[in-house]
Amino acid sequence: MSLTTESSTNFWLTRPFSERSTQIFLGVLLAALALVTLLHVAVPPDNPLHVGAYTVNLFGKYLSYALLAVAVDLVWGYLGILSLGHGAFFAIGGYAMGMYLMRQIGDRGTYGHPVLPDFMVFLNWDSLPWFWHGFDMAWFAFAMVLLAPGLLALVFGFLAFRSRVTGVYLSIITQALTFALMLAFFRNEMGFGGNNGLTDFREIVGFDLRSDATRLGLFLATGVALALGYILCRAIVTSKLGRVSVATRDAEARTRFLGYRVERFQLFVFVVSAMLAGLAGALYVPQVGIINPSEFSPIFSIEIVLWVALGGRATLYGAVIGAILVNYAKTIFTGVMPDAWLFALGAMFVLVTVFLPKGVAGLFRYLKRRKREEQTTDPDHQHTSKEASA
Amino acid sequence: MSFLQSLTQRDRVFDFMAPQASPVDVRHGPILYMEDVTVSFDGFKAINNLNLTINDGELRCIIGPNGAGKTTMMDIITGKTRPTSGSVWFGSRHNLLHMNEPDIASLGIGRKFQKPTVFEALSVFENLELAMAADKRIFPTLTARMTGEIKDRIDDVLETIGLTALRHQPAGILSHGQKQWLEIGMLLMQRPRLLLVDEPVAGMTEQEMERTAELLTGLAGKQSVVVVEHDMGFVRSIARQVTVLHQGSVLAEGTMDQVSSDPKVIEVYLGADDEEAA
Repeated sequence: MSLTTESSTNFWLTRPFSERSTQIFLGVLLAALALVTLLHVAVPPDNPLHVGAYTVNLFGKYLSYALLAVAVDLVWGYLGILSLGHGAFFAIGGYAMGMYLMRQIGDRGTYGHPVLPDFMVFLNWDSLPWFWHGFDMAWFAFAMVLLAPGLLALVFGFLAFRSRVTGVYLSIITQALTFALMLAFFRNEMGFGGNNGLTDFREIVGFDLRSDATRLGLFLATGVALALGYILCRAIVTSKLGRVSVATRDAEARTRFLGYRVERFQLFVFVVSAMLAGLAGALYVPQVGIINPSEFSPIFSIEIVLWVALGGRATLYGAVIGAILVNYAKTIFTGVMPDAWLFALGAMFVLVTVFLPKGVAGLFRYLKRRKREEQTTDPDHQHTSKEASA
Repeated sequence: MSFLQSLTQRDRVFDFMAPQASPVDVRHGPILYMEDVTVSFDGFKAINNLNLTINDGELRCIIGPNGAGKTTMMDIITGKTRPTSGSVWFGSRHNLLHMNEPDIASLGIGRKFQKPTVFEALSVFENLELAMAADKRIFPTLTARMTGEIKDRIDDVLETIGLTALRHQPAGILSHGQKQWLEIGMLLMQRPRLLLVDEPVAGMTEQEMERTAELLTGLAGKQSVVVVEHDMGFVRSIARQVTVLHQGSVLAEGTMDQVSSDPKVIEVYLGADDEEAA
């Protein structure tokens, strides 16, 4: 960490590119995207190496979860705020996307109403609620994907941080937030489709959602969003603001005393994180084809935290690894033994906590440190490493 | 109308155009001026009609038995505790009672806490970087660059506190004494006008104490330093002016020799100390 502090590359947004971990992460991610694309497009379907549209879709879902996990790691790992309600921002981003996709259906719905989505016709509504206006325009909807979760985080965070609510109390409030939203979104009167949510999507900016090409496109878009989100988070944590965040995490009063307005820094990072979560939700919805209030459920938000813990907190790439590993395991387990999944998740969590307290990423770091120590005990290397540190 | 007028005052509208130099005005006397300050917690007067002035560049030691109000006094100066009555001025321009903690800190009052609190996950260098006097709003912090000038300044302070060799180590691995020095270094990075140092040598070895004494006496003159300390040997080794607090007010003030021969002081404090030593 200290090496980046004193590095001469100084523009905050490009700073991550000079980091080895970011280079490796981006390299692996881009290689994975290219490989999946290649195996999907270039390998014929009867070949065992062919990656089918279903799998591409599944990977796209994992990547959106990975972006969500990065968002959670940003606030939990670096700011020390254990948010048990990040599913709310994810779901709101998802709903913003869902509203756009609903408006795209146009008059092709079951009831054939030119403007109103099916569920509104079913509820005998005669006009669009005010907050549904504008969602027929892609730019507006995509802006809302970021702005709506951002605004909620801004208001919620402003109140929470200003009152200096921290620790478990904050976690409980975030949990209450997502639970309250879940109950609200379950109600038909809210105008978000009640417990059925929004579904039957047809196309996104003119592309048929059911075509393989669109699925591949969404998968790649999610991969790019993950890369950009990762770079943004890395840029934040390697900046001085990132170090202020870590300082806040470890000694909030002391940081305030140095003259930093801690609550504003917390608010800034929290809002950025919520917007990334919203973006993840917006990429998730067209790939799974539905958004309903279950995304607001407290269990889901806790699961996100588990992904981050399993992957390794405060590394960002650990969050990505954790999200993909756990969800991959979930896919397999729910296929083989659907009832055992929660037990398996619990067992995974216990095992990691006991044997890998710093998560999978902690294992990498440990191996790296051991390798370095082996090198320094070697007399030839000792000389060069001293020179390097001087 | 007044809004329009405020827009024409360009240096007021844009914070970054305001002069960066410390605006503390000490032309008309002391840097810190406390008058008739009283703090009561549910009727108990932790501070009782306290009057204290610290001159610019002075090194002042504050001593007093437990519960004399030393820590509360520091809390008042730094804005953590609001007095029930009285006035506290920093220079002749700033009424500290109208300011909050971050504002007071950025005005140039630095405080070292009794228990060293450094950011353990960050390196020694990064600890100093965060403490540096700089624009501490969000976006300037996000886009802050590490310039040669800043690096030199941090190197200077590392030199002063004797932690140059440990610059890249996480602060968590430092010894107790080293953490105390790092804290003092963090204060120095803020270019404070007034340093409040709470029990700097508690738990230190003899050598560490000597090193700390050198450090603090070296700082006086450039900064005003107020040291609260229990260790009489240490106070004797650094003090020029000593203030004795007792039950929330000043009992005696003067050189170490003057106060230690004051019968009132001997009764409440030094006497007790001698008994302990005996």
